[in-house]
This record gives sequence, C-alpha cells and structure tokens, in this order.
Amino acid sequence: MTGLTKRMRIAERIGLDQEYGFSEIHKILILLALFALLIVIVGVAITFGAYNISVSDVYRIVMAHVMPFGDISSVTKLHNTIVWELRIPRVLLAVTVGTALATAGAVFQGCFRNPLVEPYILGISSGAAFGAAMGIVFSNYLLSIQLSAFIFGSLAVALAYFLARVRKETPIVTLILAGVIIGSVFSAMVSILKYLATDAALREIVFWLMGGFYYATWNDVHLLAPIIIPSFLIMWALGWKLNILSMGDDEARALGVNPEKYKFVLITLATLVTSLAVSAVGIIAWVGLMMPHATRMMLGPDHRYVIPASAMLGGAYLLVCDTMARTLTTAEIPVGIITSILGAPYLFYLLRTRGKAMLG
Amino acid sequence: MLEVRDLHYNYGTFPVLNGVSFDVDEGQLCGLFGPNGCGKTTLFKCCLNFLKSHRGSIRMDGKDVKDLRVEDMAKVVAYVPQEHKPPFPYLSREVVLMGRTPRLNGFFGISREDKMKAADAMDLLGLTELADFPYNQLSGGQRQMVLMARAIAQETPLMFLDEPTSALDFSNQIRIWRIMRLVAERGVTILACSHDPNHVSWFCDKVVVMKENRILKAGSSQNIITEDTMNEIYQDICSVRKIGGIKMVLPKDVTLRDETDGFGIQ
Repeated sequence: MTGLTKRMRIAERIGLDQEYGFSEIHKILILLALFALLIVIVGVAITFGAYNISVSDVYRIVMAHVMPFGDISSVTKLHNTIVWELRIPRVLLAVTVGTALATAGAVFQGCFRNPLVEPYILGISSGAAFGAAMGIVFSNYLLSIQLSAFIFGSLAVALAYFLARVRKETPIVTLILAGVIIGSVFSAMVSILKYLATDAALREIVFWLMGGFYYATWNDVHLLAPIIIPSFLIMWALGWKLNILSMGDDEARALGVNPEKYKFVLITLATLVTSLAVSAVGIIAWVGLMMPHATRMMLGPDHRYVIPASAMLGGAYLLVCDTMARTLTTAEIPVGIITSILGAPYLFYLLRTRGKAMLG
Repeated sequence: MLEVRDLHYNYGTFPVLNGVSFDVDEGQLCGLFGPNGCGKTTLFKCCLNFLKSHRGSIRMDGKDVKDLRVEDMAKVVAYVPQEHKPPFPYLSREVVLMGRTPRLNGFFGISREDKMKAADAMDLLGLTELADFPYNQLSGGQRQMVLMARAIAQETPLMFLDEPTSALDFSNQIRIWRIMRLVAERGVTILACSHDPNHVSWFCDKVVVMKENRILKAGSSQNIITEDTMNEIYQDICSVRKIGGIKMVLPKDVTLRDETDGFGIQ
C-alpha cells in the first residue's frame, strides 16, 4: 500500500514538474465526459414518452429531419408529430433552460462571493411571477404571459441594482438586501393578484409558479437558444475574470480587473438568461444552486471549468427531471416539484459531508 | 518612483489625510509606520486608486494615477492585502497564478510562461509544498506568504504591502523581510506598512512616520527611528538601546526593570 502511494507520488511529482503543476488535462477530459453524458441523456430521453413509439422509429424520424432529402414516408404522421413537434423541442428546451439556470447560478455565486446564492437572489423569480400573474389575470390587455414575465423579471433586477448603487459602487451586501426587498414587494403584488383572480386564473398562476415544460414548442427553442448560447459563451470567456472578482473588489482592482464593469456585464448576462428561462417555463428551483456546487466538487472552484461543467450538468439534470415528470405517472408532475424533491437531500448531503470545506 | 504631493482625503467631513507628501526612490524598501488609526490604510487605498483623493497628486513611475485605467494600474503596482479568507477553495497555485492576470491576453491566455513565473514565485517563498492545498484552508501566515508570491508573480515595478508580517511567526516574519529586501535589490520599489519599529529600522532603507493624519517625519530609517520619534507617537513608553551595535526599541518599563536588577543593557 505504502509502496503504491509512494510510486503514485513520484509519478505525480514528475507530472507536476513537467507542467509546473498546472496540469489541466484531466479537467478538460471531465468536460468532454460531461458533454458525452449530456448527448447520451438527450438520445435516451427522446425515446421515452407516454405514447409508445419504438426506438428505431424515433431515430428514423430524427434522421429524416436532420439529413437532407430525408424520407419520412415510412413512419406515420402521428408518430412524426409526437417525436418531432412534441418531444424533441421539449427535450431541447429542458437542456437550454437547465444550461441557462446553472450558468447563471455559477456566475451569481462568483460575483456575490457566496456559494449559497441562487440565480433568483436579485428578485427575478418574484418579478417574473408578478409579470406572469399580470399576463394571466389581465390576459385581455397584455400581449403574452411570457413577454410580461420576462419584462418584470428583468425589471426587478434592474430596480435592485439601481437601488443598491451608491456613489458609483454597488456593494454586494446592499445589492443582496435590495434584491430581497424588491423580491418581497413583487411577492406581495403576486398575492394581491391571486386574491383578485378568478378560480381558473388562480389555478393557472399556481401552475405557472411550479414551473413546467408542458407547452414547449420549436418557437420557444428558436427564441431562447440564440440568446442563451452566446450569453453562455461570453460568461465562459469571462471565467478567469470571475475568479478574480470572487476574491473581492479591492483585490480585483489591484489585479487589473475593474470590478464595477465586469460585475455589471456578468450580472446583466446572468439576469438575461435567467429571465428568459423563467419566462418560458416558470420558476424551477434548485438547478441554479446545486449544479455549480456539484461541479466545484468535481473540478475545483476555477470558473473557467465551473461554468461549462455546470451548464452541461444543469442541462442534463433538468432533462432527467423533466423526463421523469412526463413519464412517471399518467398525468404530468410539475418539474419544479421533482427538482426540489431530488435537490433537497443532495444539498443536505453536501452540508453534512463537505459543509466545512465548501462554506469555510 | 512614487511621489505623493499634498494629499487630502475626508470621510464625510472627517479628515483622514491632511496634506500628506513623501517620495520613495526606485529600488527602495520604504516602511510606513504609525499608530492605529493614523490614516495608513487610507493612504494606501488612495495611492492604489481604490479611493479617489480629494486634493493632491500621486505619481507612480512618472504617471499620475488618476489617469491610469484599472488594467494599466495593475501593471505598475502590486498589492498584498492583509490576509483574508475567500469563499471558494482555490488552490494556492491558482491564487498565485491570479497575479499574472494583468499580463494575460485573450480568452484562455494563460501561457506556459505565466505558469512558470507563478511556480518560480512560489519557489522563491518556499511554498512549493503548499501549492496543491486549498488557499482558504491554510493558516493565516501561510495565506500571507501566498499573497506575497502572487505580488511577485505580478512583476510590477512597485509593490504595496499592508502589514505583510502581521500574522506570521518569528521566523516567517524575518523571512518575509528578507524576501522584501531581495525583491527591492532587484529594483522593485516597495512600500510596506509595519507596526514593528525594530523591523523597520533593521530592514527598511527609508521610513515614513505618520501621526494624526499627516506625516510626522520621513527619511533614512536609521535616523528616524529614535527615542524622540518613538515617544512622540507612542506617549513616552519607549527606550532605544544599542545591543552589540544594533539599535533596539524596547518598552521603557522593561529597560528600567533590567537596569535596577543590575542587568543594564547599554
């Protein structure tokens, strides 16, 4: 045993010397493995569903649509609609939303220097809930529930940000408190709307708040993906700067990273993707908090790796949850319930085993 | 190298810096000395542009710091803060590598050279063993050494250290001062806060003494750290004696006790 560890140490030391100890190959391998995992889960998820379609039929339909001159004459129209118009957009939307929430979570945690922060910290969820409730209750006057949720979600963060801004600076504690204040105001307004709403509207509000992918269409994918993917890439590119920001404002400044400027850019992008995700599918808890944690345990705290890894894990996790939501029972379970039921024990486990190392 | 002229700073109406002026020449190791609350930290923060001074000017390497962008400032001056705990368990080597940030270019622009320089800086401070430990689980003194290595990896002509030896044991205090001397001899200009008059008189070329929001004295550390100066800032509690030709600042009651016991030191 000791001989083995000794040999491993020597090997490690040689490896360290060659790379000056900054070897990143295994981290890149983990990223690739996560990507492969995500692809596999997507591949499996599209074969599951309430309506039984054989695996080969599912892939024949996919190939027919993806390949040029594809031939769908061999499958029935019903199967085609179920796979291509219902399942695949839903799967892709789950991955996109999971990616958005997990990336935003990692970015918010880094900016706020607090591993317990989640993407809803600045009041996005309450703002979006208010917007959606407005859209539902006053459906005759407002164009769409989604648009209204997006606008009010972003508005809540903007309000918190400007409320917290004193003398050209936005101290973190003030910002979080401002987020709590704005959030509680919007929550109160949601309660007013619930109180005023008709029974049907109230039911719809409650369902919206639980989050779900029931109405996912290609339109949602086309709307979200072109904004979320580039935003994710920009946040990933700023990963090293986020490392520096997480050391604190003064140190960031001393290391040549303007904290006000980069915090603004990162928080804006994270807010944008979160608002989009929330407005499309409602409030889904835990993904944004848990995935960055899980990746830090795998890859360490370097945000250049945490951001892409939590994006992929977030996509995979939300897809698994949503697949369970639509297949476990004959009726749909709101996906927010599943993410919470699976997420809470995980965080409890984290707290018990790694609490000290993670939270200092 | 560092030129501070008539610096004023107020917190609200309360003046913290009241016309502070001093110079530090290239390659000098300058100590900043003074009682708690005399404005040392504020002076540091003004020099580093964390706080905007209300009047006066600061020039580093011939450039007015007011005109420097954050990115350019970090190429001129490195800052070693008092030790603190970040929330994420970055490895020590990652923290040192952060010092290379102002010199990085591009997306994933951390080159082999940057990694090498970070490794060299850790080597210089004897931190190689700690490289793979999470920084926030090290002891306070070890964290301070890592921050020092980070500043060295930053390769700036100027270095500011805020009480670099405050959390260190005796041997590491001496080690840090030796490293500061070494760095200064390579041509880096250093300004370091310290609360130990002996360290200042043994290791610094120059000392700036602050009292009540202004500069009391500035000059060669041998001439400045005297019984008069010490008693002026610390209300008559110090004696300066020579032991084997080396100047020592001692508490007055300790010297009195030793003299009455017949162990006169002088």
